[in-house]
Amino acid sequence: MPLDIARLREDFPTLAREVRPGVPLVYLDSAATTQKPLPVLQAMDDFYRRSNANIHRGVHTLAEEATAMYEQAREKVARFVNAPSVEQIIFTRNATESINLAAYTWARANLKKGDLIILTEMEHHSNLVPWHMLSAERGVDLEFVPVTDDGLLDLDVYRSLLTRTVRLVAFTGMSNVLGTINPVGEMTRLAHAAGAVVLVDGAQSVPHLPVDAQALDVDFLAFSAHKMLGPTGIGALYGKKSLLEAMPPFLGGGDMIKTVHLRNFVPNDLPHKFEAGTPAIAEAVGFGAAVDYLEAIGMEAVAAHEREIITYALERLEEIPGVKVFGPAADEKGGVASFTLEGVHPHDVAQIVDTYGVAVRAGHHCAQPLHEKFGIPATTRASFYIYSMKEEVDKLVAGIYQVKKIFG
Amino acid sequence: MEDLYREIIIDHYKNPQYRGHLDPSDIHFEDDNPLCGDHIEITLRVDGDGKVTDGRFDGNGCAISQSSADLLIESVIGKSIEAVKQLTKQDVLDLLGIELGPVRLKCALLPLKVLKAGVYGLSEANDDLIA
Ligand SMILES: Cc1ncc(COP(=O)(O)O)c(C=O)c1O
Repeated sequence: MPLDIARLREDFPTLAREVRPGVPLVYLDSAATTQKPLPVLQAMDDFYRRSNANIHRGVHTLAEEATAMYEQAREKVARFVNAPSVEQIIFTRNATESINLAAYTWARANLKKGDLIILTEMEHHSNLVPWHMLSAERGVDLEFVPVTDDGLLDLDVYRSLLTRTVRLVAFTGMSNVLGTINPVGEMTRLAHAAGAVVLVDGAQSVPHLPVDAQALDVDFLAFSAHKMLGPTGIGALYGKKSLLEAMPPFLGGGDMIKTVHLRNFVPNDLPHKFEAGTPAIAEAVGFGAAVDYLEAIGMEAVAAHEREIITYALERLEEIPGVKVFGPAADEKGGVASFTLEGVHPHDVAQIVDTYGVAVRAGHHCAQPLHEKFGIPATTRASFYIYSMKEEVDKLVAGIYQVKKIFG
Repeated sequence: MEDLYREIIIDHYKNPQYRGHLDPSDIHFEDDNPLCGDHIEITLRVDGDGKVTDGRFDGNGCAISQSSADLLIESVIGKSIEAVKQLTKQDVLDLLGIELGPVRLKCALLPLKVLKAGVYGLSEANDDLIA
């Protein structure tokens, strides 16, 4: 059954606002962060109004309530990505911190000079820089799966890279620029056959596609709540239990310990071993509510809606003379359309369409190497989510025609 | 907001009078705005009295940065190097005739930053030049 978008949009207060008197917001920047529905806002508000207390260790009623709410949120997130057990979900600040956690603990405990990590040319800086830092520190080698002209990963090169001794393959489930949906299951199978560990940057794939960590068999999966209707300040790292158990702790402090003596400590069990200090409790509760909201819709329905919008958006954009959309055809991508308009810089496009209330992003979208690959400094990016409407695509298109008029 | 794209700006963007590169030149500097990839290179010729006799800019970027560069070169030809050193952010905004938010201000001021780093003979541009 198709989503009732008009009804669903009523849950999102920001979507009802005007950016200037008489100019309604057309929010096409969900790949950067999504808007938040009322149940998420209410869950966080209720937490602060009724149950606010620090978690764990407390025996009073509020502390117990807060702990239960925090741990329930973890259960919801675990169920959402089909983790085999709840303690395989580590709460972090965001996808970036999740990737760094794996880089600082698993990778530093397991990789040495000369070891090879395979990344791809379409990675977000979050899945590049932690490995650059490791490489500079340890002398670990980095290789990159190329992106083809139509925005897909070159799997032949990937296969040939895997004939070397590879320790880790880290790649994005879905490109935040091209929208490319990568074949995570197949790439993981190939990596495992070559003896490598697999880390998937799920910052875009987890919010937009059904993602089953067990079926995909990935070793690590990183994602952020704020890109899937939840609040900022919280994300998660899913990991295989054997790996997480063997990993040294990340940050040191309260909660991540079992016992502490003057000169040493014993780390706590999973997942607490990786959660030092007071976490983002209200945000975790909001994350749980976001996951509930998405599950109620169903991720198949989310993906189907986005497919419909992106198909329409590509059709409309590509009919504008001078517009070039990057990335694969609609059936191989999620709801992201990054484009250039001949003779006009993306910043100018974004600024002018903002006059019509249309919020799009201009720049390299934290994927500078990918833009270098295509020989362009920047693109304008429109990105969609469950609340996006074809009428909004029309407003973007009308805005682009205004840009063309101004630049004559 | 459309005022931002006043005719004068679009005009200087599409039909710049001073786009190019002087060779030889007495002053040469280039820099970019890593945030949006705008790039500006400026070359100037200066006579024995310290007066700018000719200038060009090259590079790529948004209409604001490119038109700002064209207007700026136009305004410094015939000025003394000492006068160029005194140019401020406000001078550039007066040339453009617009008001700008913080993000676009960076675009507008990149040419001034490059120009001043050049005339001061710095090895690296810095934001104090456009404070
Ligand atoms: C593919 C991808 N990876 C990682 C990130 C980083 O997410 P966060 O900033 O929430 O850590 C983003 C978000 O911009 C992204 O799109």
